Amino acid sequence: MTLAPAKYAHYFADFQALSQGPGAGAPPWLKTIRDNAWSRFSETGFPTARRGNERWKYSNVGPIAKIDFGLASGAAPVNASKALAPEYQLDGPAVYRLVFVDGRLHSGLSSPANGSNGVRADSLATTVADGSFDLEARIGNYAPLDDDDGFVALNTAFLHDGASVHVADGHSEKVVIHLSYVTTETAIDSAPKVTHPRTLVVAGRNSDVTVVESYTGPQDEVYFTNAVTEISVGEGAKVDHYRLLLDGAKAFHVGTSRVNQEKDSSFSSASFALGTALARNDFEVLLDASGAYCSLNGLYLTTDNQHIDNLISIDHAQPNCTSRLNYKGILDGKSRAVFGGEVMVRRDAQKSDAQQTDKNLILSHSAEVNSKPSLMIYADDVKCSHGATAGHIDADTLFYLRSRGLDLDAASRMLIHAFAGEIISTVKPEPLREYLDTLFSAAIPDKSLPFGITR
Amino acid sequence: MTTSRVISRNATSSELDADYKWGFTIDIESDLAPKGLNEDIVRLISAKKEEPEWLLEWRLNAFRHWLKLKFQAPKWANVEYPPIDYQDIYYYAAPKSDAPKSLDEVNPEILEAFEKLGIPLQERERLAGVAVDAVLDSVSVATTYKATLEKQGVIFCPISEAVRTHPELVQKYLGSVVPYSDNFYATLNSAVFSDGSFVYIPKGVRCPIELMTYFRINQADSGQFERTLIIAEEGSYVSYLEGCTAPARKTHQLHAAVVELVALDNSEIKYSTLQNWFPGDKDGKGGVYNFVTKRGIAHKNAKISWTQVETGSAITWKYPSVILDGDNSVGEFYSVALVNNHQQADTGTKMIHKGKNTRSTIVAKGISAGQGNATYRGLVKVLPSANGAKNFTQCDSLLVGDKCGAHTVPYIEVKNPTAQMEHEASTSKVSDDQLFYCQQRGMSVEDAHFMIINGFCRGIFQELPFEFAMEASQLLKVSLEGAVG
Repeated sequence: MTLAPAKYAHYFADFQALSQGPGAGAPPWLKTIRDNAWSRFSETGFPTARRGNERWKYSNVGPIAKIDFGLASGAAPVNASKALAPEYQLDGPAVYRLVFVDGRLHSGLSSPANGSNGVRADSLATTVADGSFDLEARIGNYAPLDDDDGFVALNTAFLHDGASVHVADGHSEKVVIHLSYVTTETAIDSAPKVTHPRTLVVAGRNSDVTVVESYTGPQDEVYFTNAVTEISVGEGAKVDHYRLLLDGAKAFHVGTSRVNQEKDSSFSSASFALGTALARNDFEVLLDASGAYCSLNGLYLTTDNQHIDNLISIDHAQPNCTSRLNYKGILDGKSRAVFGGEVMVRRDAQKSDAQQTDKNLILSHSAEVNSKPSLMIYADDVKCSHGATAGHIDADTLFYLRSRGLDLDAASRMLIHAFAGEIISTVKPEPLREYLDTLFSAAIPDKSLPFGITR
Repeated sequence: MTTSRVISRNATSSELDADYKWGFTIDIESDLAPKGLNEDIVRLISAKKEEPEWLLEWRLNAFRHWLKLKFQAPKWANVEYPPIDYQDIYYYAAPKSDAPKSLDEVNPEILEAFEKLGIPLQERERLAGVAVDAVLDSVSVATTYKATLEKQGVIFCPISEAVRTHPELVQKYLGSVVPYSDNFYATLNSAVFSDGSFVYIPKGVRCPIELMTYFRINQADSGQFERTLIIAEEGSYVSYLEGCTAPARKTHQLHAAVVELVALDNSEIKYSTLQNWFPGDKDGKGGVYNFVTKRGIAHKNAKISWTQVETGSAITWKYPSVILDGDNSVGEFYSVALVNNHQQADTGTKMIHKGKNTRSTIVAKGISAGQGNATYRGLVKVLPSANGAKNFTQCDSLLVGDKCGAHTVPYIEVKNPTAQMEHEASTSKVSDDQLFYCQQRGMSVEDAHFMIINGFCRGIFQELPFEFAMEASQLLKVSLEGAVG
């Protein structure tokens, strides 16, 4: 066991409490994973030293490192938790819902799948305990500890509960998995809470899975969500993935998603971010076999002093893969948005086709956008392009609407809404699409200030 | 240009059997300071140049700052090379002869060297209409057309001479755009820079001829640290060209230059570079490490335009930048970067928008062949004060062969809502259809490739002065040899 660095003593105390308390009954392989993760975290710590660190060039995690977050215990009342979870219903023949309150599965709000019909969607702790699924080979396989960021290592060190979803090979009927991670209000006099939500999705051969992850919590409290999601898309499988980052305005959120795609698989994702003082969405897709297709969309809206950092990478490791990336941001107040993305085409990954776009709409004189969409290409027979724009809505477009009788405010709102609409319309389940549309429409700031005013 | 500057290779004097036609060495006795860098060397360089106290002080400040950096060269660039031993380099190498007062006094061997390079040093080349300042190793050898320029009040001379004859100008502007603490290589340059060109265009003057500096590293194991300073007074115009070559040597040579441009209100500076330092041989042995800091500041309504054709150097690390300080100022960057064999280039630009209604245009073309890696890395930054700033960036990469790499890393930082930023990039290989079309018209594969690549770069070449454009096209052809087929 590695000694705790003085800086992270409180994390170490919680780590020991977990491994000797609720996590003591875990199988040896899981204990090893946790111990290795802790020693990795104690080596790296948080990426607060940013000089020369291109991954954190524009985002400062100092505020996260400074606060002594205490591990959330998961003993909140049902009603409080229910109020904080997002309000929409997904319907269909096979919808499974797992609600995690302060990091633990809340059985009263959840409807797990027991695996009898080829779908297993349950708490990680239960799945580990009954050994019904070979988690040892999967956990940490797609999100290894090899980066220097520290967040995956910290999450893995506290690996105890989370969602484990497994859809069997050949299960072609559509499966909808709805995962809610809720942080509840902090009790008076206790330390700000941290949760380490962990999601593992294994979509078997030719399966069709929709996964919705949502993260919510109290509006006016400081807390930290350190999420890790691992998704394996099997041969010929199709996964639709939605990530809803709806944490409170003072919350910190670091989400690491790692996706692994096999032959002829298809992965579509849409990430939405609203709220959160400091958010990071680190998303990586590995196109690991020929014929894989991925489409990553994102929409973020920031106000006040919010800061959001999207780091989206696509790795074309094998030939004949296609990727599409489209992220859009709307910025107001003194908020800052960072887009870092890398499309990598490895040697011999011929016939790769990649498109990468980042567009930002800046509504205030104090907001700031830093965009760094990069292409790293090592194969010659490829079609790769990227584009990035930042600015305001075209004065001519605005004029057109106003000439049709709309006032400046209404015209502005309509155009911002349309800007966001491009991403929202990629959401396939209707209730979710409507929910998001309402949410973002309400959040669009009431202003038309900088449009077309260049002097 | 009456004589072509692309000349045949002098095979006997080349240490390496590279297809580098500029790879001859010239046997000139050099005045060498001992290898390594310390305060004494800095003092020695300053003393050799008979510099005033303030300049020595500035150099020493730079040197002391450099020591604080503890040999930690920046690592963010997408280039790989073994650590450089900064104590194993000659920091001062000069052809051994006193400074010539006129062309007649220049050592004939040096003249011969420049003849070989096809540099029209002699005034008989009057028709060429280019004034040349030639820098061999670290010393400026000769400047032509002095009289013509003096009539207009244009100063074009080695910077070491300007320190003596126009100290007030040098003191005012040296380090004003690239301060000595700017970055690792600029700091090193500030401490040990030996010579370079100085240009001053008086108010309202349109420089009648194009000015040109020719740089060459000759001495083995030496570093070249030249420093160029160009000042365009209000309403003036100048077009400046630079060319560079080095002998083919097995060991790497270090080149860390600094270029500063000051474009005062309503002036325009056009700066063109043909960089053809020795790129190393087929196996990546030898070649110049080219770590260069180039930056200009554009005041009200001024325009700075960088055009570069980068075909040489084992490593190119270079980001010609423009600070768009004044309202309505304009910055342009046009670049072709070609890598072949084991060459690596990490190059691009920085456009810093400060003034209102400032505009910048970036067009970068990268060509990767062999096992070369070319990276475009560019920053476009819009500060809160830059209302109505506009940028357009286009980066295109062409891949020739399946062992090379082409990368695009743009940084876009916007702090003003009225700014309009557009970035586009694409990467592809030479189209099979185009190749087929050319071939069925009877062209060889090589010629077809060359024609298509030449067309790909056409937009950039058009920004070059005519003779340079011809040479650039030739250079491209030579550099691509062996990459196709």
